[in-house]
Amino acid sequence: MIWPIFNSLYISLLQWDGLSPAIYIGISNYIELLDDEYFYISLMNNLKWLIFFMLAVPIGLGLAIFLNQTIFGIRLIKSLFFFPFVISQVVIGIIFSWFYNPRGVIGPFLDKIGLSNYAILADENFATYGIIFAGIYPQIAYCMILYLTGLNNLNTDQIEAGRMDGAKGLSLFKNIILPQLKPATFLAIVVTVIGSLRSFDMVAIMTQGGPYGSSNVLAYYMFETALSEYGYRMGYGSAIAAVLFTIMMFYILFFIYRMYQSEKKGL
Amino acid sequence: MRKILAILISVASLGYSSAFAGTLVINTDLTDPAPKAAFDWAFKKFQEENPDVTIEVNNFDHEGYKQAIRNFLTTSPPDVFNWYAGNRMLPFVRAGLVEDVSDIWSDSGWVDGNLTEGMSHAKKPMTIGGKQWGIPYTYYQWGVYYRKDLFTMNGISVPTTWDEFVAACATLKAAGITPITIGSKYLWTTAGVFDYLNLRTNGYEFHMALTKGEIPYTDPRVHAVFDKWDELVKPGYFLENHASLAWQEAIAPMVNGEAAMYVMGNFSVRLFQEGGLSDSNLGFFQFPEITPGLPMAEEAPTDTMHIASGAKNKIDAKRFLIFLSRADVQEEMNKTLGQLPVNSGSKVNRDPYLEAGLEMLNNAYAMAQFYDRDAPAEMASEGMKGFQEYMVNPDRRDKILERLEKVRQRVYK
Repeated sequence: MIWPIFNSLYISLLQWDGLSPAIYIGISNYIELLDDEYFYISLMNNLKWLIFFMLAVPIGLGLAIFLNQTIFGIRLIKSLFFFPFVISQVVIGIIFSWFYNPRGVIGPFLDKIGLSNYAILADENFATYGIIFAGIYPQIAYCMILYLTGLNNLNTDQIEAGRMDGAKGLSLFKNIILPQLKPATFLAIVVTVIGSLRSFDMVAIMTQGGPYGSSNVLAYYMFETALSEYGYRMGYGSAIAAVLFTIMMFYILFFIYRMYQSEKKGL
Repeated sequence: MRKILAILISVASLGYSSAFAGTLVINTDLTDPAPKAAFDWAFKKFQEENPDVTIEVNNFDHEGYKQAIRNFLTTSPPDVFNWYAGNRMLPFVRAGLVEDVSDIWSDSGWVDGNLTEGMSHAKKPMTIGGKQWGIPYTYYQWGVYYRKDLFTMNGISVPTTWDEFVAACATLKAAGITPITIGSKYLWTTAGVFDYLNLRTNGYEFHMALTKGEIPYTDPRVHAVFDKWDELVKPGYFLENHASLAWQEAIAPMVNGEAAMYVMGNFSVRLFQEGGLSDSNLGFFQFPEITPGLPMAEEAPTDTMHIASGAKNKIDAKRFLIFLSRADVQEEMNKTLGQLPVNSGSKVNRDPYLEAGLEMLNNAYAMAQFYDRDAPAEMASEGMKGFQEYMVNPDRRDKILERLEKVRQRVYK
């Protein structure tokens, strides 16, 4: 666990194609990274993923509340809603690529609103959003499940008490139900952040970072430079990995700090 | 001296064949039906001729092979593996993973004979540093595939000059037909267009110098290529949304009669035919002349067979390479592959596209391998990304070429 981290940090100081002897070049890879527009595009896309992926949390919550009823056949409906999470990301990526194809499923609808022949995955400005949308689809189901279990464990006494005190609708939800769902929310946010960092598979399947690198994310860019058909710049790829690692490190440290703070308060 | 050596080697070869019971390990990525059938035939034939050799084939998925080759060559090298000519084999050759097979190319270097005369013209793409590193067994031409019926319907004859070509595009566009289809999702299709524009505008020597990194991408002659490209991109003669389509998906518009031409390799013919086109409505022509009087070089990527430097059974591996270079073997294999045999003694299928291709290549001034095989991998990947971006945003040409120049300075350091 520790050794690979340091090893890849070391490789990031080399110029190495994986076959020939490696040459030590100091921080040149990092200097090049600063001047690499694809790197910035990928970084921005990572940010977009993070922000828009968060939508999965409220949407999941909404669905969970909607489905948290006791009517005939609700179990079946629930399991249908859960289905996207069961399907592999790869399959979702492929299916959404078909959807987005101008000759595919949504093509005729786009024609009607005047966007004939529009291919979102070929549009440098929107390709990332197209992929995020596909990626968020199973993520919503995941958040929904987390909230459904949360809703099952609600303390009915508290809700009754709240009702007695005249809380209704939104205020009941905000002041009584949401605080009780805090553990579920916490978990949903954590898995969503992790999910957004796992954008690699969707990008690899749907666009390979294209058109011309505009939908790249750091993880895929790293793969592309270090391991793809034309890449094999191990050092440069490792430098990207080091940056990604630093970002994650900050996030995790912040997270641990927050947890530590709330634990302290709890005591 | 040579005789003694020969005896020594033949003794060694005897020793080898008994020690290893003649197992020949071959790694390939020939999973598509046609290549698989062709090689199954070749393996069987080789075993019939050499009953003491057992062939063991490890077949990889085509895309996965590009990754796997690096692993298996360094960790558990096979005896024989297939790859591509030109710069694509350079990193492996440089890393000492490929066996030097100059002896089977020279006249009497190896006891078991050598390659036939029909192969001598193919020596150059296999040569790095004055040595040969494998043998070619098949190649195919690139050019323009077109819908004959759409051309006749709009009164267009096959263009042989650039002006005729652009005029044909204009006529087709006016008739509501996409002049040229292309699917650039996987980038390399754009390089086919670039290569031909460059070969026709500046010629073979310039193209080779550019892919060798000797000429800056900001050179006015490179700009001249893009000026020509502008004449096709700016009026919208290429298929819309090509960046979202794989090359196979871009065949559909042509099959449906919505597009008329495709700058492609001959391997696409099978897909056109599966889509329902036949000789009566699918034609092939040579990419038209741009600079008058410039000798016409063609794009003809070559597939090759190599021996790993870590091979255990190099004797049989060389036998297999020689076998694979024989006129009769290449003829039979390429019949199945639907491609052109490299050995000039082999006959070509009766197939209008192959016959047209062979005639074109026999008269070709020189042959380029393809942008991503002539240029080193890093340059090729950035270059093709740039070509795709240019085809979507022709206005960004200067920025793209400056970026490519930056990459060139880094890659060819």
